[in-house]
Amino acid sequence: MGVGIEVRGLNAWYGKNQSLKNIDMTVPANHVTAVIGPSGCGKSTFVRCLNRMHETIPDARAEGLVKVGDVEVYGNGTDPVDVRRKIGMVFQKPNPFPTMSIYDNVAAGLRLNGLGNRKQMGELVERSLKLSALWEEVKDTLHKKSGASLSGGQQQRLCIARALAVEPDVLLMDEPASALDPISTSKIEELIFQLKQHYTVVIVTHNMQQAARVAEFTGFFLMGALIEYDKTEKIFTTPADKRTEDYITGRFG
Amino acid sequence: MERSRFQQGLDDLRDKLLRMGGLAEQAIDRATEAYRTRDAKFCQMVFTVETAINQAQRDIDELALDLLAMQQPMAIDLRFIMAVVKINIDLERVGDQAVNIAQRVLDLISEPEVELPVDIPRMASSVSAMVQRALESFLDGRAEIAESVLQMDNIVDRMKDEAFVVLVQKMQSDPKLTRAALDVLLISRNLERIADHSTNIAEDVIFWVRGADVRHGGAHYIR
Repeated sequence: MGVGIEVRGLNAWYGKNQSLKNIDMTVPANHVTAVIGPSGCGKSTFVRCLNRMHETIPDARAEGLVKVGDVEVYGNGTDPVDVRRKIGMVFQKPNPFPTMSIYDNVAAGLRLNGLGNRKQMGELVERSLKLSALWEEVKDTLHKKSGASLSGGQQQRLCIARALAVEPDVLLMDEPASALDPISTSKIEELIFQLKQHYTVVIVTHNMQQAARVAEFTGFFLMGALIEYDKTEKIFTTPADKRTEDYITGRFG
Repeated sequence: MERSRFQQGLDDLRDKLLRMGGLAEQAIDRATEAYRTRDAKFCQMVFTVETAINQAQRDIDELALDLLAMQQPMAIDLRFIMAVVKINIDLERVGDQAVNIAQRVLDLISEPEVELPVDIPRMASSVSAMVQRALESFLDGRAEIAESVLQMDNIVDRMKDEAFVVLVQKMQSDPKLTRAALDVLLISRNLERIADHSTNIAEDVIFWVRGADVRHGGAHYIR
């Protein structure tokens, strides 16, 4: 099951450049929350702070309270590797391991974490591929075909399956459909909608219509600040802040 | 700054709706003139204007649909197009009501003129002012003008109720007048409906500008 995310006073920097300013945000469990805003507004930094990916960049640091379920992400004694296992991530460009088979791509995370025997692993791979709506298309070629032989949309669903295999509570998606054609995009969006039964999903997107279609809550970031955060239908019909309105109606940004 | 294609589309939509509003005002004025002068040529003018209103309604719907499909507008732009689509319907109905009035006038002038204690031209001028103000509020997106329209509706309602009472009395006291009295009663009813349509228009303007649904006596902010 998904868990909620509590963010209080989150600040982040790249060197001396502050890229997130005092963010407070409550992401409800088992819902899809979209993060929107112009390039450089801090939205990707924000999601990368949720699973401690931000600090993997040299000179980058973050501080503040991020609680995912009961786990204090930046607490003393919290292992970033554990955090990243509980919080899966999917990126803009599908990045399967190109030479590994489809099966091995999904099993990679399990092996890395030393999880499961062969039988359990087979079940987990199947379950993950079913959850990512790829199973029917690849079940006969699991070991024969490589990750790179799949289409872009299939590769992205493979990456989602890989993220799901380690059974995270939260799935972060950074522009997961921006490199895909409309049919693959609509499959991914339908999938996101299904996934929220089991996971809490946070999606970064430049595509406002996509945010409106898939997310129940939407946060608008601008210059490192969270300007407005509300139910999606409110954000896209009657936003409270003029800056939100100007952005989503294309008047700046 | 150069206007975007989308902004151009929104401006076109606004201009088309305002022109249609002008036609609707014309239809009311001609119908009132027909009543006042008992001259059938004004009735004919109403029928002609109504045809133009119907054409305008189709054009506006088409443009609004195109903008929705092609531009996927959000927030205030989305509310604006929603408001235009709804106002479009109301203005078309205003045209229909003007036609109804013109038809009643044709019936009235087919009989000798009778004296009835109802001031239709006064009621028509109140109604016409409401439509004008509702369109004015739409022109500049001014919710405060739209609010003043909502208040004017009560006055017109009262006029219609008064007309009902005196016309029923007239019919009872002098059954010969029944036909003319019924015509006038229907005309007052048509005018009251036009006032209702201008109230709807004003409410749509408030929704567009403020994002608040003030229909049915409440101020419901979209959540």
